[in-house]
Amino acid sequence: MRKVLAYLVILVLLASALPAMAQDMTELRIRWYNDGNEGEVLRDLLDRFEADNPDISVEIDTVPYSAILENLPLDLAAGEGPDMARVTDLGGLAQYYLDMTPYLSDPAYWEDNFGPFLNWKRLGDDDSSIPGFMTQLTITGPFINRTLFEQAGIDVPSDMSDSVTWEEWAAASIAVAETLEIPYPMAMDRSGHRFAGPAISMGAQYFDDMGHPTVMDEGFRNMAELFVNWHLDGTMHPEMWPLSEGYAGANEEFANAELVFYMSGSWQVGQFSEQIGDAFDWQTVPNPCGPGGCTGMPGGAALVGIGATEHPEEVTRVMEYLASQEVLGEFAARTLFIPAHAGLSASGVDFDTDLQLAKDSLGVFVGQVGTLEQTAFDLQAYAYNRNVFNATRDRLTQAMVGELTLDEAIERIQDDVDTALAEVSG
Amino acid sequence: MLGLFDPVARSFLLLLVTAVDRVLTPIQRRVGIDRMGYIFVLPNLLIFGIFVLFPMLLNFYYAMTGGTKLFPADRPFVGLGNFENLFDCEDFLSPNSCQEDLFWRGIFNTIQYVILQVSGIVLFSLATALVLNRRIVARGFFRSVFFYPVLLSPVVVALIWKWVLQHEGVLNAIVEIFGGESRRWLLDTNWAMFWVVFVSVWALMGFYTLILLAGLQSIPPELYEASSIDGANTWQDFRFVTLPLLMPTMFVVLVLSLIRAVQMFDHIFVLTGGGPGTRTQLMVQYIYTTGFSNQIQLFGLSAAASMVLGISLLILTLLQLRVGNQSSLA
Amino acid sequence: MPADRISISQFLLKRSGGARIDLSDVLTYLYLTLGTILMFGPVLWLVASSFKTQAGLVKYPPPLLPYQQVQVEVEGYDKPLPLFKVTLGDGSLRELAQVRRVGIEAQMVDPANPAAETIKVNIRQREPVEEVRLAWENYLDPLVELENFDFFTYLKNSVIVTTVATVITLVINSMAAFALSKYRFKGRDAIFVLFISTLMIPITVILVPVFLVITSIGWKNNLWGVIIPGAATPTGIFLLRQYMLTIPDELLDAARIDGASEWHIYWRIILPLARPALAVLAIFSVMWRWNDFLWPLIVLSQNDYFTLQVGLNAFQGELQIQWHYVLAMTVVTLLPITLVFAFLQRFITTGIATTGMK
Repeated sequence: MRKVLAYLVILVLLASALPAMAQDMTELRIRWYNDGNEGEVLRDLLDRFEADNPDISVEIDTVPYSAILENLPLDLAAGEGPDMARVTDLGGLAQYYLDMTPYLSDPAYWEDNFGPFLNWKRLGDDDSSIPGFMTQLTITGPFINRTLFEQAGIDVPSDMSDSVTWEEWAAASIAVAETLEIPYPMAMDRSGHRFAGPAISMGAQYFDDMGHPTVMDEGFRNMAELFVNWHLDGTMHPEMWPLSEGYAGANEEFANAELVFYMSGSWQVGQFSEQIGDAFDWQTVPNPCGPGGCTGMPGGAALVGIGATEHPEEVTRVMEYLASQEVLGEFAARTLFIPAHAGLSASGVDFDTDLQLAKDSLGVFVGQVGTLEQTAFDLQAYAYNRNVFNATRDRLTQAMVGELTLDEAIERIQDDVDTALAEVSG
Repeated sequence: MLGLFDPVARSFLLLLVTAVDRVLTPIQRRVGIDRMGYIFVLPNLLIFGIFVLFPMLLNFYYAMTGGTKLFPADRPFVGLGNFENLFDCEDFLSPNSCQEDLFWRGIFNTIQYVILQVSGIVLFSLATALVLNRRIVARGFFRSVFFYPVLLSPVVVALIWKWVLQHEGVLNAIVEIFGGESRRWLLDTNWAMFWVVFVSVWALMGFYTLILLAGLQSIPPELYEASSIDGANTWQDFRFVTLPLLMPTMFVVLVLSLIRAVQMFDHIFVLTGGGPGTRTQLMVQYIYTTGFSNQIQLFGLSAAASMVLGISLLILTLLQLRVGNQSSLA
Repeated sequence: MPADRISISQFLLKRSGGARIDLSDVLTYLYLTLGTILMFGPVLWLVASSFKTQAGLVKYPPPLLPYQQVQVEVEGYDKPLPLFKVTLGDGSLRELAQVRRVGIEAQMVDPANPAAETIKVNIRQREPVEEVRLAWENYLDPLVELENFDFFTYLKNSVIVTTVATVITLVINSMAAFALSKYRFKGRDAIFVLFISTLMIPITVILVPVFLVITSIGWKNNLWGVIIPGAATPTGIFLLRQYMLTIPDELLDAARIDGASEWHIYWRIILPLARPALAVLAIFSVMWRWNDFLWPLIVLSQNDYFTLQVGLNAFQGELQIQWHYVLAMTVVTLLPITLVFAFLQRFITTGIATTGMK
């Protein structure tokens, strides 16, 4: 025992003597999370950057996505953040971003190419800062399993009409599922962000005249009612919303051909290419319609510089490299992400996949950008949108399992949003 | 290989110990033997003070403040406002009538969970300890089998069971083989609570089994011989010899498992996320999500709720100690 | 067969030394068998699943063994092609490789005769040909190929945190327990009660204040920030104190008469005598530290300092959980603790039994 202790004590001393590495080059750190292969692609691109810029080394700290949402804000508030970070809470963290404008060699390039997305990363009265760029633009929208439609001998509604309603899709999906004895007609990611597109299509306004977030309107209620009832009668996958904490998806069910219609978004294409390949025909269809339009939600993740960094110039050099049309184009091609870059949108990206299904699907998503409603853009740009999304997600879930009535749930959403916002201003 | 370093390690340790002795001996001469207690308790007390006691006081201050700022100095003082919000209810038995309905759902779920889980642990670890205490072959092996899950991290435990219980999981496959119908185990409100309790009993009972086994083995065998001379059957043995003598050990198991049950978080968080709906959401999860995982982090409200949790645990433990003392007097 | 039966009955009979097996024995072994299946089964299932491919993991009912579709090299094609068993129009069965799939139609080629024209087959008329193969890539990819997952750094950090924290915990807890059990000084009982009462407060509920303390000390992204805060364990103090109370004071007095210093008494008398209790605490400390997740995740945000549990969790991305990696890496973290347990199980289980846990 004592001998063992002795070894351990030596180990303690060795450990405590672990020196901080001496650096004669600037080391930058990126706080990053992964959905698929994008971390590897980024590393690859950065290796090339480091070879050309021997005075800078960039470390990627890959953390769980939950740590981006929960720990990163704490770190930033405490002044312990990284130099750059990949974030999705674009507006909520805007106060911590680095404005790269003074260091950029060509600010106009950024305004021209990332223009529409820069205000997602800005605080209220700021209309000029350039904190970073979108690693990808995402568009929410439904996937269908066309093979199932064919096997059931049922027409795909979007083949016949340009404006299919949610109810029509539900009816067709149920018909397919019943004919083929498929367990789930429809599913939607467990996310208030995913729900927002359909809700806006049904006429939800999301903001009152004062610009304050509200869910107390007919449009929101109509979609919520439809949605909750679909969970009760089995139209929608009964497990995903009621039984989860935070986000949940139906990738497995869709890949297993157990699901006809899956409301998710463009980031799934890479994963589906790998998981499904050409085992069946999966396809993206335009967002269903309602009185408020046929909209999905824009979204995405951004790589931003952090204001507290000690090396703003070096950060900017890395960002300029990554945001250049050529590099970003390669990043998009290899990750199957839709680039949020005007130049690339114009020239198009030759996605690095042999799979025609994946190319077609990405094409449909790109085409959806034009159909998005202004409300959807406003909501995406709103700094505290996650506050609204999470309350929507959690309270509607309670309505599904019978803990609240629908009206109580909607009131609670509003109440949760208001309470939290009061603390922000107070 | 390690043997080579043996003399080095030994002389190194000797050096270290002697050095400490050199420092402490003059101190001992000055303060006297009894006050050396302070010296020995000091390192632990320091760490405890900085990383436990001080944060708890800080937490107390947080509970009295509002806003969303991280640093206490930036936060507006609101007095008992957070507590008022927590206890703002029209009817304390109906969570929907409360301002902070999720807090109250957490309390009711916790009460139910604690009762089920603690009885499950006491029952199964007692049964297992009794079985392991019989003369069986490969006792060491079986003892290890029941203890093994204790070693697993909560995240791993939850992942394992999530994998087994999912709709396309192996449990449903087995149920179908036996002609049953596959089911969404964690979606049904009652099954969800059952599995949450089941999984935590699965993960924790091994520890309590060993404690109870130790208690059983410390019962002198003569007592059983005596009772068999009196013609007692197995049940009477258990009722009049085993159980009374096991009572002190049972009490330890009860106190420890109760404290841990009230604090339960990770297992459930990964397994059900508190669902379906909020059916398995316990108090600690409310504290965690309110203060940590919402976009707008309400540290004050969360701290207030954690104080309510701490105080109720303290009261609960004091009550138990009281009952325990009385029963051991009797 | 009969030989087996004999050995099994011998095995069962051994217990009562040749006496008859009564009902209670049957129940005992039934309980133990069911218990073993229930305790080990799920873990074994996890291990089995971790060797399946991503496609294999989503199959239902889940196959017991890890099947994979057979891929064949066909002349004239760059990549290996997946092999199918196809029912042709004339009812004959053939094994064909698929070139590509268009809608519900697959273009197949005969691997034996690649030069011939491709055959068009309805996809419902083909079944993948599968073989049992372990998907080692689930393990190898994270360990070797994924550049952002630096397994050996994480392992090193986990080992450092676990051993250093355990040593510190043992030393300071035993010193405190010694003081609280063998000295009479003012405030002793108050200190003891203070220590024990923190059993009530899980770290989950004071995360934010402790985080503040850590950052103001400058221990963010420092292994000390993970090691030190949890070192003053109330459980350890309680356990050791209870055990030390059973050490007779006369031993200490005798040593004092011989002129031993208090430190000497602690080191030479108390520590060796408290060995069983120290062993139990050591095991628990190793277990706690190795599995700890929530706290390290808050202190550590840079790859170089990640422990295994934190690094592993990075596989759970925003929108997809990479189950095939998660399962494999979970098995990897299970291994060391399982091995330690396998070698020390006798020591561990009897250790807990013999310490003053009552």
